[in-house]
Amino acid sequence: MFKRLTPTEGAPVDVEVDGERVTARAGESVAAALLNAGRVPLRHTPISGAPRAPVCMMGVCFECLVEIDGMPNVQACMVPVRRGMRIRTQHETRRVEVDDAR
Amino acid sequence: MHAEADVLVIGAGAAGMAAAATAAELGLRTVVLDEQGAPGGQIYRGITAVTAQMAERLGPDYRHGRTLANALSASAASVQTDTTVWDVDAALNVATLCDGVARQVRARHLIVATGAIERAVPVPGWTLPGVMFAGAAQLMLKTASSVPAGRVVLAGNGPLLLLVANQLLEAGADVAALVETTRTADMLAGAPHLPRALGAFGYLAKGVAMMRTLRRARVLWITGATGLAVIGEQRAEALQVQTARGSERIEADVVLLHAGVIPNTQLTRLMRLEHVWDETQVSWRPRVDAWGRSSDERISIAGDGAGIGGARVAEAGGRLAALDAATALGRIDVAERGRRGAPLLAEAHRHLRIRPMLDAMYRPPHWIMNPPDETIVCRCEEVTAGEIRRMTKLGCRGPNQTKFFSRCGMGPCQGRICGPVVAAILAAENRLSPQEVGAYRIRPPLKPVPLAAIATLAATDGTPEPSRKT
Repeated sequence: MFKRLTPTEGAPVDVEVDGERVTARAGESVAAALLNAGRVPLRHTPISGAPRAPVCMMGVCFECLVEIDGMPNVQACMVPVRRGMRIRTQHETRRVEVDDAR
Repeated sequence: MHAEADVLVIGAGAAGMAAAATAAELGLRTVVLDEQGAPGGQIYRGITAVTAQMAERLGPDYRHGRTLANALSASAASVQTDTTVWDVDAALNVATLCDGVARQVRARHLIVATGAIERAVPVPGWTLPGVMFAGAAQLMLKTASSVPAGRVVLAGNGPLLLLVANQLLEAGADVAALVETTRTADMLAGAPHLPRALGAFGYLAKGVAMMRTLRRARVLWITGATGLAVIGEQRAEALQVQTARGSERIEADVVLLHAGVIPNTQLTRLMRLEHVWDETQVSWRPRVDAWGRSSDERISIAGDGAGIGGARVAEAGGRLAALDAATALGRIDVAERGRRGAPLLAEAHRHLRIRPMLDAMYRPPHWIMNPPDETIVCRCEEVTAGEIRRMTKLGCRGPNQTKFFSRCGMGPCQGRICGPVVAAILAAENRLSPQEVGAYRIRPPLKPVPLAAIATLAATDGTPEPSRKT
């Protein structure tokens, strides 16, 4: 959905998006990296299942929620990319996991 | 981090950077908190990290932010970045979250500098991927040196729309169209304010230069547009507009919407400060005096969060709030505050001369805030304008009632986006004034906080303060 003006500028940072390697650039937010990699939508809504992508890029709209290193519903626009980061886009309603061990 | 600060500044944008540097210069123990990884706020976003090439591209107004960032870093103020404020209690204990750890810092005087947010533009289809706020595209330029791929259509009104169109064009993006809702009547409404605006001639000259650039580039430029709607199934494919010539469909890969910016009142609402309706700017703002002091004498508001004035007014406002805080804390006397404040008040006044014209010309059109029934208003909980209207038939008069009936405003964004739209619909349906309709009641946490972080905070904090919340 976006493209870098100078594709070689900035140190490459490899992250994992839904199990696949994506090369971001140092200093980018996770949301920026996903937009530049064309990984849109970032999520489907838990209510109607509609696709969504970042809207404000400043931490206000909460449309860019993704799972980062196991933590769900993180604002992707507020977190800079880090090498080896595991990002998962969110496509269904999360279920509460009940620990059945008795 | 100090457990207590004389002056705690929330937000390190234009106002916050200026406020913190000034407070520290006055010998006050100063802490400034910001959610981003570096100072700058949104206008000067990325100012400490931006490449020389991009800084050049973004122009001298943007590069001015370096002066503020340098002064802040040279000052004795403690700058805490990556720090989210999620609550402030009645004793001015400010609860923060940084790297998963919750902490509290007590403020003797609080300066809120949380700036502005973009006003929602709830047109049909605005939830589709590919639709963003215009300011968001500018942030992609500032932070990631990136521009929208494919055909870009910008739509709405306001000086930022024009600026972003220019910046994208100059950066080589495929700007297919600029669709302004501004009518000739709006331009005429701005005309009486022109003599005053001439006192801020620099802004006018920039506006004219931007228009010339767009004309030269032969960008399709529509004015007086109504009935905006984004068309698409899984993503934006086109923008539908109504013009004097009829209905037009403009193909687009990315649609950038904008209808001005409004004060970010989330924190000031949480603190139950008094707010006033600003009919000129069509938004709520906290009530403040000339120095930024709010209805709570221990709390000041500086910058766009106290009413939209732009970066230079915010900068002066930050310094004024710091001088005022120093007076409140007994560091300087009222005469000293007056001496140091006079040139800053004059500076703010000079930059504000352009505002009445901009506010009159770029008033958000009534129809944008009252969208067709099928339009989603609350993006988080997917509540439509029609559902809000139906709830008025059940007797709902305020946004806290529609929230109760429908969860509208109860999603992750906590009503930041839909609040003003819901209020506008309720006002129109019930024929009430904005004051009668009111606004969402904001409660902590202001942003999601992991339960574990709150638990550790509770374990380390033996003296809980009485809550002001009801």
